[in-house]
Amino acid sequence: MADHTHEELLIATIAGMLEPARHIAVGVLSPIPGSAALLARARSGDTKKVSIIGCLEEPYRTDGGVDLFDCAAQGRIDAFFLSGGQIDGQANINLTGIGDYPRQDVRWSGAFGSAYLYFLVPRVILFREDHSRRVFVPRVDFISAPGTSASNVYRPGGPHALVTGLCVFLFDRTRGRFRLASVHPGHSVEEVRDETGFDFDCPAQVPATTPPDAATLALVRERIAPVIAGPYPAFAHRVWPATAA
Amino acid sequence: MTSSSTNVILDSVDALAACISDGAKLALFKDCGVPMALGRALVRRGARNLHLVTVPTGGMLPDLLIGAGCVSTVETAGVTLGEFGLAPRFVDAVKRGAVTIRDATCPAIYAGLQAAEKGIPFMPLRGLIGSDVLASRDDFKVIDNPFGDDDPIVCLPAIRPDCAIFHAPMADCAGNVYIARQAEMKILAHAARETFVTVERVVDFNLLEDATLAPATLNGFYVNGIAVAPQGAAPLNLPGHYDYDTTALRAYAEAAATTDGFAAWLADNVLVRAGAAA
Repeated sequence: MADHTHEELLIATIAGMLEPARHIAVGVLSPIPGSAALLARARSGDTKKVSIIGCLEEPYRTDGGVDLFDCAAQGRIDAFFLSGGQIDGQANINLTGIGDYPRQDVRWSGAFGSAYLYFLVPRVILFREDHSRRVFVPRVDFISAPGTSASNVYRPGGPHALVTGLCVFLFDRTRGRFRLASVHPGHSVEEVRDETGFDFDCPAQVPATTPPDAATLALVRERIAPVIAGPYPAFAHRVWPATAA
Repeated sequence: MTSSSTNVILDSVDALAACISDGAKLALFKDCGVPMALGRALVRRGARNLHLVTVPTGGMLPDLLIGAGCVSTVETAGVTLGEFGLAPRFVDAVKRGAVTIRDATCPAIYAGLQAAEKGIPFMPLRGLIGSDVLASRDDFKVIDNPFGDDDPIVCLPAIRPDCAIFHAPMADCAGNVYIARQAEMKILAHAARETFVTVERVVDFNLLEDATLAPATLNGFYVNGIAVAPQGAAPLNLPGHYDYDTTALRAYAEAAATTDGFAAWLADNVLVRAGAAA
């Protein structure tokens, strides 16, 4: 049976997508993407730069909001993470609310930087652990940031993948569709279909998501856990009670 | 008011709150210097019809001002209590239509302020095209890049706040304000017609004469009023001075979940302290 936690599987899976990135930025409320970015950095021999928004610890501090957004526009951020209260099959994300705008039935925080960074950061990884039809809908109620754009719209960036608590989808920007790439150990393609409200491409054989090896787990527990405990103490304490306590 | 003025230092936070008129377009910086004491003073003075511009997002301060009935319009890239959840008074007011919501995205707020800082009517910005954020804003325009070929780009109107407010570690008697790492506070002050600041302390030397401090100092030329407010950002943090008071933040999040709970919180934490400096 698995010698890793669910969180460690997700961290290792996302970290594997970050290998080409030189500069990875992480937004607010993102302990798992943040851990994945730190893992990718550690594996690179600390040659990558990781900026964690809101982190007060050097070397992860950003120069501030304007700097981060300008940096993205200059092509100096290679990977970023977004999520959504709703995400649809065209990778549109909704961080704003459900129902008729503006007096919506459900109101969330707002778009934050998504309506900009989704266009400019080449590799945006969507992460939403809660895999349900409530989240993964046929069509979002409000497009805080669109997954695809018309060909004349300046858009070097966009969605690369959607990582959930059940599986990994990769996004085909040309076709504007997700393709199921792997299902996490202990789960099935049928379960993914049952819990997903949007249509997606599914090959005949879907592999299981590769679990983290012993060296990766050691790195996560010994080097990443103490660092991510800075901005995310409650998360670190829950996942690694011994290491990060 | 000029940098040589010595009456820029006011007697109290309440005196500073009296400088901010009802109906003002009021810019609030998001973190590391949120002027919570000044916000409480605005509630005590019964401020009304404020047009908040969160720079670029907001948390407890806009939620508090909205809940207390001080606000008619919120221009924001997002309001949230972060790890303590959604901002309950903001959410409630938007759903009821009690405030007008003008949704934006973080760099759009900065870009609008930068246009005002440069005295130009608009600023172009990448992104946004195809979003409902753009669709919901009749003041955001898409033009064709005049230097390009079939290259649509969004233009954002300048954001010129009547007032910018923030909390900072220290000021001097000339009105210069040390803003530490929060360089965006300069953009706010340059864009706004007036800037009012609370500080932990006032020092007896000129901050701009110290070459180490000067780059992180806002020139007093831009500052219209300062009041000393020790712990003026609490229960939020001021890096190097004090951390978040998570117990107080959790208590606020829980109380503000209901109208009655918020009213009780306001009575216990804001209204009873009338006349207090902090």
